[in-house]
Amino acid sequence: MQVQLPFSPEQASNFAPSVDSLMTFLILVSVFFSAAITAAIVFFFFKFHRKSKAEIGVPIHGDMRLEITWIVVPSLLALAMFGWGATVYVDYRHAPKDTLDIYVIGKQWMWKIQQPSGRREINELHVPAGRDIKLILASEDVIHDFFVPAFRVKMDVVPGHYNTMWFRPTKPGRYHFFCSQYCGTSHAMMGGWVTVMDPSDYAAWLSGSTGEDVNPVVAGEKLFVEKACATCHLGNGTGRAPSLNGVYEGTVRLADGSSVTVDDAYIRESILNPPAKIVAGYQPLMPAFQGQLTEEQILSLTAYIKSLQSQPVPATGAGVSTSGKK
Amino acid sequence: MSMSPQVSLSHQLPEEHYLNSKYGVRSWLLTTDHKRIGLLYLASVTFFFFIGGIFATMIRIHLLTPEGYLVTPETYNKLFTMHGVAMIFFFLIPSIPAVLGNFLIPLMIGAKDVAFPKLNLLSWYIYITGGCFVLYSFATGGLDTGWTFYTPLSSVYSNSAVTPAVIGIFINGFSSILTGLNFVVTIHTMRAPGMTWFRLPLFVWAHYATSIIFILGTPVIAITLLLAGLERMFHLGFFNPALGGDPILFQHLFWFYSHPAVYIMILPAMGVVSEIIPTFARKPIFGYSFIAASSIAIAVIGFFVWAHHMFLTGESTYAALAFSLLSYLVAIPSAVKVFNWTSTLYKGSISYDTPMLYALGFIGLFLIGGLTGLFLACLGLDIHIHDTYFVVAHFHYIMVGGAVMGYVGGLHFWWPKITGKLYPEFLARIAAVVLFVGFNLTFFPQFILGYLGMPRRYHNYPPEFQVLNVMSTAGASILALGYLLPMLYLTWSMRYGKVAGPNPWPATGLEWRTASPPPTENFDVTPVVDWEPYDFNNRPDLGLATPGAPSLAPSHGDD
Repeated sequence: MQVQLPFSPEQASNFAPSVDSLMTFLILVSVFFSAAITAAIVFFFFKFHRKSKAEIGVPIHGDMRLEITWIVVPSLLALAMFGWGATVYVDYRHAPKDTLDIYVIGKQWMWKIQQPSGRREINELHVPAGRDIKLILASEDVIHDFFVPAFRVKMDVVPGHYNTMWFRPTKPGRYHFFCSQYCGTSHAMMGGWVTVMDPSDYAAWLSGSTGEDVNPVVAGEKLFVEKACATCHLGNGTGRAPSLNGVYEGTVRLADGSSVTVDDAYIRESILNPPAKIVAGYQPLMPAFQGQLTEEQILSLTAYIKSLQSQPVPATGAGVSTSGKK
Repeated sequence: MSMSPQVSLSHQLPEEHYLNSKYGVRSWLLTTDHKRIGLLYLASVTFFFFIGGIFATMIRIHLLTPEGYLVTPETYNKLFTMHGVAMIFFFLIPSIPAVLGNFLIPLMIGAKDVAFPKLNLLSWYIYITGGCFVLYSFATGGLDTGWTFYTPLSSVYSNSAVTPAVIGIFINGFSSILTGLNFVVTIHTMRAPGMTWFRLPLFVWAHYATSIIFILGTPVIAITLLLAGLERMFHLGFFNPALGGDPILFQHLFWFYSHPAVYIMILPAMGVVSEIIPTFARKPIFGYSFIAASSIAIAVIGFFVWAHHMFLTGESTYAALAFSLLSYLVAIPSAVKVFNWTSTLYKGSISYDTPMLYALGFIGLFLIGGLTGLFLACLGLDIHIHDTYFVVAHFHYIMVGGAVMGYVGGLHFWWPKITGKLYPEFLARIAAVVLFVGFNLTFFPQFILGYLGMPRRYHNYPPEFQVLNVMSTAGASILALGYLLPMLYLTWSMRYGKVAGPNPWPATGLEWRTASPPPTENFDVTPVVDWEPYDFNNRPDLGLATPGAPSLAPSHGDD
């Protein structure tokens, strides 16, 4: 079902039509009930208005059949709303595979955005149309929220957590994005523009990168050496800490017998608070980096670890693709 | 049956009543009379309503232009925060329970007072103490965290006077807890002979449900805000991730109370409406037991929906599914009430008196507020409308359109009982219509603004949102008039109003079987209840016509 409501932002993502259809369904149900109740009230109000000062109404105490009807019918409609809403939400919360991953860091009161190639932007986000985009959201300070009305998507950006959101832009153009979780003085200024481009324009835009941009994998590799991670996390597995080659998206067994999937959140926790989850067979030797790394540095390290996908020797900065190949 | 002659004879004030039995400031500040304590609350919540209203007015003026018309961003953030704190914690939550509930519950059940009159007075002093802390916060730096106090903004980053505010709300919580405790014990133990549970006015049922939330929910908000305050003062890591805390934990704790708190605001208003509608339709309420049970259902289910405020915090998909489903479940008892109120009008003898206008207005606005709640509970839709003006519009329809309409309607309905005087009816009807129109013009455009994508708590906005904002501000000026009118004529009527008599409407409740204003001990002799609630047919004392043969055993289709 394709619906464009009269009072709605442009439809510029895969979620926009489904959210608008859902909205239309709820509006129709609501208008029906509001109209029915209002009509009944107005009709009764005039039809049964008091004709003489001492008149009383007809004593009717209730009706079981009516009570059951108006419990069951709204319950069924509510279930329909719940079910339909749930399908859209579950789709939104589960990103497809092979997304273009873009890092978004919120801080009072700006958005720092970094493309996989390393190109950085502030309060601007460029994405190719037709590609599944995943934003990996981190906050340097308080809770923010990344909201693109034309895409009908938003997600809180919570300090200490990674949240992700995904969408597929469908229509080239420039669209507002806002911070939608109150974050202090200049909350209302913490917005910007998403530019949806044709894939070829996007590739051209990416290649126009200025010299200051550093590929996060390269930055991460540099940090990996600077922070002395490399002294223990040897690539061949002989170090005092586990090798990180090919661990991303795999499963590791922990000292307490449980196992955990290596994702961005696990890597983040293992850097900031290593004793929380110790890999089986290793000693808790690693120092905690809580408070010593910026969110951006953590993301760079993560990007570097991701780039070590089952490659025996890390290739310099070539771990992720730099453009949206299809 | 003919009209009873007592009605016209009694149109003079009783010689001695609770208002003139004692004079002087001490007689008020040390009173343990639930009616006088109700009036103490009336004065204090009106004060906070006025403060919150001034902030609201400034907000609406500021939003006339996209770049912001009146104040700096810092000040704007303080305005909406202080508006929320004043209105929610110090006006809406105590309004109906502490003013009308205090005044009416003992009268309605035929008791001399509440179970613990001294605790009742203590509740008011606690409220005033908490209020002073909050006013101190407002006056010394203000508060800019949002009324939701989300961490780590409130506990680490805010430069405003957070600590006195959270202490004030912590203290104020004990006032709610004691009031709730007092009501529960009073309703259990002090009902007059013959006042069985299913003869209780629905206002009492609603307050019983509200009291459950007061007692079980308030401790959680009190301790949560205290933890945020401790984190701020002593850097204890409860919620700040830099100290090993979790900001999401705060939201769980906060909403565990603050969602049920919405039902604290709306349930008593539903109780008011359940009294007004049968009175002015002059017939028994349709589905008494369903309305009573739905109040309890709302109070109980209301405790299990809190995380629907957090669908986009990254909470697990399974949690989101469960909380969405439970949120739909809580809508059903609300719907049941609306259907029953509407059906009560059928074959009634309906008058256009002011309280009835408020009650019908309540149904209309609550209907929109409730239905738009379904939009926000809908997971897929919440992705888009969460934290936008859609939410602002929704909860103002519930809290202002619902709770405040109920409160103002209730004040009109029981004003003759409270003061012994009638307000000017024509002016009051006009004010009710002005309020209804002003309210809708203020808040309906905000639903559209929200769907268009305007986020909450913005001191400026893109120019395409201006027209709807100007409409909203225009509506707010009408709304302000709608509030000022009753404040003026109700005050005027205390001195110049016509004498009301004990039962001017007439209504069936016990509170109308004593003088207006009532004597200090409420009833000269303990009343004995031998009639069903809202029964106009078997009540010759009301002086109304009873067509045909009076049925002595009314049928109850619902029990």
